[in-house]
Amino acid sequence: MNERVQRLRQKSLDAHPSISIERAVLLTEFYRENTGKYPQPVLRAKAYHHLCANKTVYIGDEELIVGERGHEPKAAPTYPEIICHSADDLRILDNRAMTSYHISAGDIETFEREVIPFWQGRSLRDQIFDSLPKEWHQAFSAGIFTEFMEQRAPGHTVGDGKIFGKGMLDFKEEIAAAIKDLDPASDPEAAARRDQLDAMDIVADAAILYAERHAEKAAEMASSEADSERQAELERIAEVCRHVPANAPRDFWEALQTYWFAHLGVITELNGWDAYNPGHLDHHLEPFFESGTADGSLERDFAKELLECLWVKFNNHPAPPKVGVTAEESGTYTDFANINLGGVRTDGSDAVSEVSYLLLEVIDEMHLLQPSNNIQLSRKNHDDFLQAALKVIRKGYGFPSIFNSDAVVEELVRQGKTVEDAREGGTSGCVEAGAFGKEAFILTGYFNLPKMLELALHDGVDPRTGAQLGPQTGDPLRISSFDEIFEAWRTQVRHFVDIKYRGNLVFERMFADWAQAPFLSILTDDCISKGRDYNAGGARYNTSYIQGVGIGSLTDSFSVLKHHVYDDESLSMADLVAAIDDDFEGQEALRQRLLNKTPRYGNDDDRADDLMVRCFETYFESVEGRPNLRGGEYHINMLPTTCHVYFGAVMGAMPDGRCAGVPLSEGISPVQGADRQGPTAVFKSAAKMDHLKTGGTLLNMKFSPRLLEGSTGIDMMTSLVRGYFGMDSHHVQFNVVTAETLREAQADPTNHRDLIVRVAGYSDYFCDISRELQEEIIERTEHEGF
Amino acid sequence: MTTNAVSVEPMTSTGRVFNLQRCSVHDGPGIRTTVFLKGCPLSCSWCHNPEGIDEAPVLMISADRCLTCGACSEACPVEKGGAVPAGQVWDRGACTCCGSCVEVCPADARELAGLDYSVCELVDELERDRVFFETSGGGVTFSGGEPLAQAGFLIDCLRECRRRGLHTTVDTCGLAARETLLEVARSADLLLFDLKHMDPIRHRSETGSDNRLILDNLRALSESDVEIWVRIPLIPGFNDDAANIEATGAFLEGLRRRYRVFVLPYHGIANGKRSRLDGTSVEAGMQPPGVEKLGAVAAEFAKHNLEVTIGGSP
Repeated sequence: MNERVQRLRQKSLDAHPSISIERAVLLTEFYRENTGKYPQPVLRAKAYHHLCANKTVYIGDEELIVGERGHEPKAAPTYPEIICHSADDLRILDNRAMTSYHISAGDIETFEREVIPFWQGRSLRDQIFDSLPKEWHQAFSAGIFTEFMEQRAPGHTVGDGKIFGKGMLDFKEEIAAAIKDLDPASDPEAAARRDQLDAMDIVADAAILYAERHAEKAAEMASSEADSERQAELERIAEVCRHVPANAPRDFWEALQTYWFAHLGVITELNGWDAYNPGHLDHHLEPFFESGTADGSLERDFAKELLECLWVKFNNHPAPPKVGVTAEESGTYTDFANINLGGVRTDGSDAVSEVSYLLLEVIDEMHLLQPSNNIQLSRKNHDDFLQAALKVIRKGYGFPSIFNSDAVVEELVRQGKTVEDAREGGTSGCVEAGAFGKEAFILTGYFNLPKMLELALHDGVDPRTGAQLGPQTGDPLRISSFDEIFEAWRTQVRHFVDIKYRGNLVFERMFADWAQAPFLSILTDDCISKGRDYNAGGARYNTSYIQGVGIGSLTDSFSVLKHHVYDDESLSMADLVAAIDDDFEGQEALRQRLLNKTPRYGNDDDRADDLMVRCFETYFESVEGRPNLRGGEYHINMLPTTCHVYFGAVMGAMPDGRCAGVPLSEGISPVQGADRQGPTAVFKSAAKMDHLKTGGTLLNMKFSPRLLEGSTGIDMMTSLVRGYFGMDSHHVQFNVVTAETLREAQADPTNHRDLIVRVAGYSDYFCDISRELQEEIIERTEHEGF
Repeated sequence: MTTNAVSVEPMTSTGRVFNLQRCSVHDGPGIRTTVFLKGCPLSCSWCHNPEGIDEAPVLMISADRCLTCGACSEACPVEKGGAVPAGQVWDRGACTCCGSCVEVCPADARELAGLDYSVCELVDELERDRVFFETSGGGVTFSGGEPLAQAGFLIDCLRECRRRGLHTTVDTCGLAARETLLEVARSADLLLFDLKHMDPIRHRSETGSDNRLILDNLRALSESDVEIWVRIPLIPGFNDDAANIEATGAFLEGLRRRYRVFVLPYHGIANGKRSRLDGTSVEAGMQPPGVEKLGAVAAEFAKHNLEVTIGGSP
């Protein structure tokens, strides 16, 4: 990267996240004066216009891509209409050790005076919580499931190519045409549609106004700029901001800036999950790159510099501050914007281009937390592309992750998308599949699958609190066969999925009625033509997900029950239940026996893997196909973010030998340390799940840098990925570990049994090799520049 | 049980395996599953797989995992001198390696190196990673021990693998009856042939056997069109001196066919295994050869017009 980018990047890294109260104050001011004057969508649109007209315009030194959501980099606003932080919340955010957000005492005071009194009892969260039934609250606080929309809006939304071919003025024409087509004589919803379309028209104007304010600011800065080079840049910025997003971009620079204005628009309007995301950025930019380099107006290096300036912008935007359970399930600054590279075009052809490689270089050089990025690997993409990505991955910061583009397309087609819309799709957030630009694919919360077994083993009582939480599925001591205990688990699952589902309908309705997102609606087909908001079913496809967590822990626990309790009868149910209730106190030999002498998931052992498949299918059937309020359906995902830690914390010991409070298995990965047969066995086990029935699965693999070095390492990873994807699996992520992690593994081998290192002529589990050799490997790793 | 005869009825033999290593990338091309067969005619002082030398099963104990729960003692059928937890005096001579203690040890501190498989059972296991063999151009490698110590079983397995379309590699020390070796070579797709030392006396002193048959076997193989990679474990103080490297290079250059050479630097992996076998460790403090040394050795081989690779991967 050049010096400008180095400085911008450093500045972004140095800035500590803070809370900007500007949005909350402006919004509250508007709501206080105008609530009740307009239909709700129009009120929302006008409030958004008020923000765009009045929020601080920030243009930093040396920037080429401009615009900040807050008043300065890393300043995150709050969204009191969704959740109004209390003064205590703000103080906790300011002080907490992990993921803190600074805020001044003066700002807290202003917030307390201007914002809190208006929203108390009026924020969506307050309204929703009041209308949820008791059993929902009970299950929620017991850690049976989480709720995504309790403090953030529905999101997981990704753009397609439309903003690169159309400007806001074009969208305004479409909106006008849709209004013209309304037929109040035959459509009882025509008036409601009119409100939504009016709202979209207002926010299109707001977006143009917001860009114009940047143009004015840049022009003003240019007029007093002493440095002629910078002056010219500022003049160019002014020109760009006058042109986009009002009009379609004409060149590479304008294409990036128009995306960034779209991004800012979405994340200013609401605090939707996963921010916003350009989707297949390489596909979108390719025409601008091609024409610019062909006519000589764009140098490759400058294209890269502009992209790197955009990367800094992403990194300047930490996730809006969360609190409570939501902070636990997602304890990170990252806001999950996840850029897709590669894959296929809508016609099914190989989409890898020079821009894909250019973006891999950017990812490699920038080495930032945000934006997340991934490659969509199709069987049509050449190994060169995969290997270029693997060379970035082995540097050890977890990016890019790798998705099976062909499986993603098949998953989306199974859910009813056209094949073209599926190919335009990809993955966002962590691993979620969606039809970009055309789908509202809403993750609604994590579901604690092992907790259902804990309840089944206690006749529906939560052993943590003694409360009768679930249905009475029978005294476990009287359950005489494996099928019966499995059925008891299934009953608990269905019961709590029902509760979660009924709660979800409340959230869906409240967001549809109160928290319209007209700007996001402009960007998402077919909100304009339907005259419907994104949050009310305006999108072409409307999916809801409930994400299953802990399948590895669950499988191993069932395996203990099947093999020790029912098949071998070497352990009585009474002894097992007593042992887990005592958290294996004084029963280490038993615990070790369960850990070591049980067929466990992750070893390509059908005795365990068949149980995993049975659990997966049962969970699938419990969720799949339930209708949501937006005209779409429910499906499942298998990913945890960091929720496996929270779900583990609310659980006692489990039959698999896991002690109370310890994290559950993560994603579809085996229990930490359960896999003993190496990576191919893990891949084989994981692929026995029918990934195509999900909207995403997450598999994490840990490797030492040595294992991946040289062409042998790259070749091995290439073959592993191709093999795994050949079995229709969804995603894999390679974590290349550092010497520091190896030290941790030495100190705590139990939790690092899955760590694979390259030894000498072969590879092994780190915890299985001698201390002496461990030391040598650590030394070597440290010498390798980590 | 194990048979050394070449002409046995296919598929009826059984063999003794002490490890199956999946996702191995250093024993032939691509991703491979390596089968470690028990028994070896040599006893090299630096042996990486000391648990594979004896043809009978051996018990390995990881003292650091032992919970001292006493389950092993309870399960042991030997009345006098039976299994005891780590830290107590144990009479290894009395152990029949029946595996009873291994089954009951809750902590997996005890492991029996040596399990019997039929050809079908083994090849079924090997097929598990077929998808990765296919994406990587890999397959199956038979190593040991010395795989030719169970030649009949080995040949049956090679034929069964060929029938099922799996690429096979045999990693041999070369010390075997000529006809048997040629039969194995014909049944496999690739041989990894280890050369340890050119001097018969030095060879005998560190491996227990002199090298004449080994060198003659390689000469004989070079008359055929069998694909071979020559592998040289580089052991500091044993075979890494200039004279031996020069002699090795000259020998290989003089063969009828020119083979690729892989130099495998010594590593200390066996130390942990030795202590699990008998509480000792070899050549404590012996350092793996450094980068300079490896470079010099590679340069010497290159002088003999040999294609040299450091490490086992192509």
